[in-house]
Amino acid sequence: MRGYIPDYQFTSAKNLADVLVEIEKGAQPFAGGTDIMVLLDAGVLPPGNFINLQELKELKGIKEKKGIFNFGALTTYSEIRDHKLIKKHFPILCESAQEVGAIAIQNRGTIGGNIANGSPAADFPPGLLVYGAQIHLVSTQGLRSLDYTQFQTGYKKNLLQKNELIHSISIKPDFKGYHHFWRKVGSRRAQAISKTMMAGLAKLNKKKFEDVRIAFGSVAATAVRCPHVEEFLKGKTLSSNVIIQAKNLLSKDIHPIDDIRSTGKYRLTVSQNVLEEFLCGIGSDK
Amino acid sequence: MKKLSLTVNGKKRTVSCHPLSRLLDVLREEFELTGTKEGCGEGECGACSVMLDGQLVNSCLVPVLQAQGKKVLTVEGLAKKSLTPLQKSFMKCGGAQCGICTPGMLIAAHALTKKNKKPTKKEIREGLGGNLCRCTGYGPIIESIQSIGSES
Repeated sequence: MRGYIPDYQFTSAKNLADVLVEIEKGAQPFAGGTDIMVLLDAGVLPPGNFINLQELKELKGIKEKKGIFNFGALTTYSEIRDHKLIKKHFPILCESAQEVGAIAIQNRGTIGGNIANGSPAADFPPGLLVYGAQIHLVSTQGLRSLDYTQFQTGYKKNLLQKNELIHSISIKPDFKGYHHFWRKVGSRRAQAISKTMMAGLAKLNKKKFEDVRIAFGSVAATAVRCPHVEEFLKGKTLSSNVIIQAKNLLSKDIHPIDDIRSTGKYRLTVSQNVLEEFLCGIGSDK
Repeated sequence: MKKLSLTVNGKKRTVSCHPLSRLLDVLREEFELTGTKEGCGEGECGACSVMLDGQLVNSCLVPVLQAQGKKVLTVEGLAKKSLTPLQKSFMKCGGAQCGICTPGMLIAAHALTKKNKKPTKKEIREGLGGNLCRCTGYGPIIESIQSIGSES
């Protein structure tokens, strides 16, 4: 049943400070609306007030400052997918942005919304985990920053307080000489919500793994890093035996479930195969 | 209720409605521009595609407050005195069958060809990836876009 819209209010405010006051009073932030409009239409949101973020210049766009890239919470998938410097430094983010919904969704959906909505199948979090992103939260009390790894605490749960708003994400471009990998597996190319997805980073030194970072989405309550597999790989040289052992260890790091989109068994097997695809592709960049 | 103004197909329009009303409903019911269709109502099918300040969007997912002061282009705004080469090409190549998806297809194709005059088949498939058609099997639609300008 469609939501009854007179039950809701939707207002704009002049600037971030005014928006934060409204949020403190209980208003829900509303950015690109690609999730909220669907839920509203489905009639599953409790009555309440929304505050429009879209006119807030403070939260828009990608900026580089002192060598750190800062993504305002309102940065859209389209802005990320088409950004030359992001493609150079953080190609996983461009590739994942390109695979969210289709163009019309990419033009509206935002990085802040993708994170705040908290879906385990959200496309940005695996990339943010491997790139070591920081998340910045703002309230009337000021700004605070956290490692993104700490931010998501469970299924649709995170450390955002009721009076806080996601302000931005920042990442240091420290990945020269790394192999960057992204793979999303869904039912079709466009518009699909993933069954599993993986972001991977690897750096070899004399053929041995100096650094390796692996994160999966859609296979646990939140996107997760894979400490067992990463620890195992560090210092090792790639061989078919190492790949088999890494694939076996993956079941310690991810815990896929059966749901509307797939089964746990399928997800684990495909995730292991995607991990193999990543490992086999390392060293193919040059 | 809130009084809002926006530019639709080059004309300034004002409307008094709930700010969370879907742009889709305002276009169809208030402005009587029924070319824009509703398919799924959740951003999956692209039947409601319009351009908002030059960007392709699903009008079922845009609350009208966020269109305030902005420019909207619907399928009715594509042709000026005569049909555009894109529209002619759809006619020639059989890009439209039942017609429900066609306004959205035309707008998505317009968004694509505005940026990229000669898109490849792969780029067309990506540009139209958010638009579903249940009649043509997509072949004639892709051909329509590839053949723009060769209709005469």
